[in-house]
Amino acid sequence: MSDHKKLGRQVHLPFRKSVEIAMNNIRLRLGRSTVTAFGILLGIAFLASVLVQGAVNAGIKTDMTPDAIKQQYYRQVWLVTLALLMSTIGITNSMLMSVTERFKEIGTMKCLGALDSFVVRMFILEGMFMGVLASAAGAIVGGGIMLLSAGWSLGWSSVRNVSMGQIGLILLVCLGVGTFLTFLATIAPAIRAARMPPAAALRAEI
Amino acid sequence: MATNEYVVRTKDLSKEFQLGGEVLRALKSVHLDIRRGEYISIMGPSGSGKSTLFNMIGGLDKPTSGTVFINDVDMAQLDAQELAYLRCRTIGYIFQSFNLIPVMTALENVTLPTVFAGTPTDDGIERGIELLNTVGLGERLHHKPNELSGGQQQRVAIARALANSPSIVLADEPTGNLDLKTGKEIIELLKKLNKEQNVTIISATHDLKMLDVSDRVLWIRDGGIERVEERADLDIKVGELEGE
Repeated sequence: MSDHKKLGRQVHLPFRKSVEIAMNNIRLRLGRSTVTAFGILLGIAFLASVLVQGAVNAGIKTDMTPDAIKQQYYRQVWLVTLALLMSTIGITNSMLMSVTERFKEIGTMKCLGALDSFVVRMFILEGMFMGVLASAAGAIVGGGIMLLSAGWSLGWSSVRNVSMGQIGLILLVCLGVGTFLTFLATIAPAIRAARMPPAAALRAEI
Repeated sequence: MATNEYVVRTKDLSKEFQLGGEVLRALKSVHLDIRRGEYISIMGPSGSGKSTLFNMIGGLDKPTSGTVFINDVDMAQLDAQELAYLRCRTIGYIFQSFNLIPVMTALENVTLPTVFAGTPTDDGIERGIELLNTVGLGERLHHKPNELSGGQQQRVAIARALANSPSIVLADEPTGNLDLKTGKEIIELLKKLNKEQNVTIISATHDLKMLDVSDRVLWIRDGGIERVEERADLDIKVGELEGE
């Protein structure tokens, strides 16, 4: 008996396999995943639109006083913060739900030899897929709409002043912020799920 | 010689739960030795502590005091990695509610433990197919759990429990959610695997059909072992039951 007296330490979950499981879980709960993703999408779209608006405004002359500009700036920061906070809470809530309804599954996985880290990884991956996709979509939608509406109301020359580099930077910032917030929102539920002793996870009734 | 004879030993095993302000003693210093290759049934009414005992032996919960040895390894001394390894390779679990992973097919469910064990994918799949054939589900490899009947799901669960050739299979009320006939089939399957593969089967149950196939029966009451019956005593008992 190889496991006699001395136990080995090797349990594995190949990355490819955890990606597969995470994708399956998203697909199975497509309705809720879409709603969650929309929360992120809207928050990031708002961020993107504000950033693009700033970029457009920087290129045109304004008769606003410096104080008024400052005030407008702070108001926008406040609104963006609120929007992002709301979507982060939304993701956390939906991840908590997703974790709770899967207590049994998590307990089973641990019985089969899964480490806590496998469970965390699966939930993080699941969150990140939604986060990255929704952030990218949000950035494109929000930025795009703002560019169009600026072009419409202020004239297309104002839009042409915004360089591709600026647009690229805005997309990158949006993607980064969205992904980071999703990560933050996912980590707590994931760890909570992973730390449960298998017996308690299996006993859980929902 | 004595070292290899017992696959599970418990010493002074106790477990307490905090319920509100009160302490519930679910297990009261249980001593238990289970020999390699035995088919053991842990019988008792619900609330008697049999599921708690099951969880302790399976390393699914930590005892309040006392020790559990699996293959002479003290489970309390294991770190998270080693415990996961033990659950993965040494113990197979079967549950009352089957607990298959709903997003995975029968074959994927059965191969999952081999993935954790680091078996190459092709070997794992081969093993999975072989096991599903053994439990009579060779035709349903790619069905999801919700496309299978209760009995079939439990067969998948049994195949999954055997994936890494464990030395112990722990079954918690394996027939609890099944009708009489299906339950009987599952018990026969477990007995067959016990005989052919010499895997130790420990089953917590209150299904009297289990008596028939058990080498020993442990009667649990109020967190302690009330009595232990050997095969010889059982034959008489079962005869009496059937005679009635």
